[in-house]
Amino acid sequence: MNTTLILFLAFIAVTLGITAWASRLSGSSASYFAANRRVSAWQNGVAVAGDYMSAASFLGIAGLIAFFGYDGFMYSVGFLVAYLTVLLVVAEPLRNTGKYTMADVLAYRLHPRPVRAMASLSTITVSTFYMIAQMVGAGALVALLLKGSGISFRLAVTGVGILMIVYVVFGGMIATTWVQIIKAILLISGTILLSFMVLAHFGFSLGAFFTAVSQVHYHAPDGTEVVKDFLTPGLRYKPPYGALDLLSLGIALIFGTAGLPHILVRFYTVPDAKTARFSVVWAMWLIGIFYILTTFLGWGAATIVGRDFIAKNGGNNMSAPLLAQALGGSIFFAFISAIAFATILAVVAGLTISASTSFAHDVWSNIIRHGQEHNPGEERRVARIAAFVVGAISIAIAIVLGPTANVAFLVALAFAVAASANLPVILFSIFWKRFNTAGAVAGLATGLLASIVLIFLGPSIMTVDAPTVAPAARHIIQHAPIFPLENPGILSIPLGFIGAILGTLCSQRDPAGEEKFAELQVRANTGLGAEKAVAH
Amino acid sequence: MPTPPKPEPRTPSANASVWNRVAQTDDFKKLLAAKKAFVVPATIFFILYYFALPVSVGYFPALMQRKVWGPVNIAYLFALSQFLVAWLIAYLYVRAAREFDIRAAAVIKDLGNLEAKGN
Repeated sequence: MNTTLILFLAFIAVTLGITAWASRLSGSSASYFAANRRVSAWQNGVAVAGDYMSAASFLGIAGLIAFFGYDGFMYSVGFLVAYLTVLLVVAEPLRNTGKYTMADVLAYRLHPRPVRAMASLSTITVSTFYMIAQMVGAGALVALLLKGSGISFRLAVTGVGILMIVYVVFGGMIATTWVQIIKAILLISGTILLSFMVLAHFGFSLGAFFTAVSQVHYHAPDGTEVVKDFLTPGLRYKPPYGALDLLSLGIALIFGTAGLPHILVRFYTVPDAKTARFSVVWAMWLIGIFYILTTFLGWGAATIVGRDFIAKNGGNNMSAPLLAQALGGSIFFAFISAIAFATILAVVAGLTISASTSFAHDVWSNIIRHGQEHNPGEERRVARIAAFVVGAISIAIAIVLGPTANVAFLVALAFAVAASANLPVILFSIFWKRFNTAGAVAGLATGLLASIVLIFLGPSIMTVDAPTVAPAARHIIQHAPIFPLENPGILSIPLGFIGAILGTLCSQRDPAGEEKFAELQVRANTGLGAEKAVAH
Repeated sequence: MPTPPKPEPRTPSANASVWNRVAQTDDFKKLLAAKKAFVVPATIFFILYYFALPVSVGYFPALMQRKVWGPVNIAYLFALSQFLVAWLIAYLYVRAAREFDIRAAAVIKDLGNLEAKGN
């Protein structure tokens, strides 16, 4: 048995132990969905960071920087700055007025059933797409990392899927939170250690490091040797639309994060708005440090390992593990691989719990059951079944898509939907008195539809591939893209806002909803009447 | 054992008039004004500062590629400064929020007084 596998199994054993412990604590809905609202500021901050720093960040961003230099770092910047939207605008009002889901805030003074139905559709869409992207990545990665151990892509995807279902079904929010915390600590330590070793490789001279980064050697596809300055922007986002695409990406990142359901639900796990505020600050420290260090991982891989070698040994997603192998040998490779594995598991568990909570709380309890539990524990039971179903569907889709499927667009789609559908209606329901039910439904529907349609008309789906591209990695529609940008945010976000505004202005005023605006404002800003932490 | 039914979210709260009266108090208006005075300019500033990066990288590449410290160019330093600015704004917000908390406590006290007056 190889070292990587042993470390994988160790992580699985620890997290299953936590799940067993948490399953004995989970006695009520507040415990299952919101960890009794007793998570402390640092714990929640670390867990938010854990939920956010996905394999797409650790492996994907490091890979982008290793292959395209500066342009990859643009993602890192947006990922941190996005938290200012969360901190200044969303986290505290959300904690003060909601219970378990984003829809709680929207349904507060509007007609709950249509609003919850649309909000839940948007939540489940974002979570499922994001999860499928993670699962396909996970399967390919695990199969690659454990090469020689006989674990195939299918087995890897099924294993990851079953583990995440077990965490969520048996451990609820308490287990999911601790899995996130452990994973985030592992990920940050691994990243710091790896960056330190990169610097050590250059004799702790930043000058020597940046000099190497400014002259990276590799071979172009036609075999000619190229020397590029990886500090220069524009290696990935090229004219004519590159600059606009970069801008569109930035908009989706800084407005999308504050609408990501699996991040928002985390703020219900803390006792009050003040703790929510400090947990965002904790998260911002960790996320900021991590994303600054992505340049050391990416540029370290580009200069020490080399783009040619990475391309031949698993592609750009393997940049960080291969860097670890080059600097610390097979034990360190196993360690970094195990961290990547932990990252994937924790993020998919976070996504599963947000999707299943939305189904149980919004669709089942509030739409089907009109806000009343007919039997004790019903909401939790429905959530567990939903988690199982969501997990099983994701496993099936990931297996059908296969390891080489081009799924990066699903992550772009998740951020675009979060920014275009969720954020406008969250903002309007907190800050705009006239906002009404028709506006919320129209905003959510327009934002969701615009993001999906523009992604499908864009180059992620519609591109004519060269004949050399393998069949599974080909784009779905072999046609020149109708919408030129990979990131639809620059158009879909304004459309989401316009949909919400027009829907409101073109429908009748809602005196009862406007009447409750004063109540919402008082509650959002003072915490009066907010859901309390559950005592021991 | 049936759980007690939760109130329908749409039913107007029994003490709707109290919420309205709290919303009209000077303390609450001051709380909102204090928050607005910080959050609005801070949000506008961070959005402008953030978008200055992709705009200048995309549309003024020559300036951004100018090297200022060995091989390190303006583009990289500008990107790094985004991290520092984000942390700084977060710090300033946490500091300003101390005042919000004090004002919110005053509003909660007002509510106590309103209820004591027999509502």
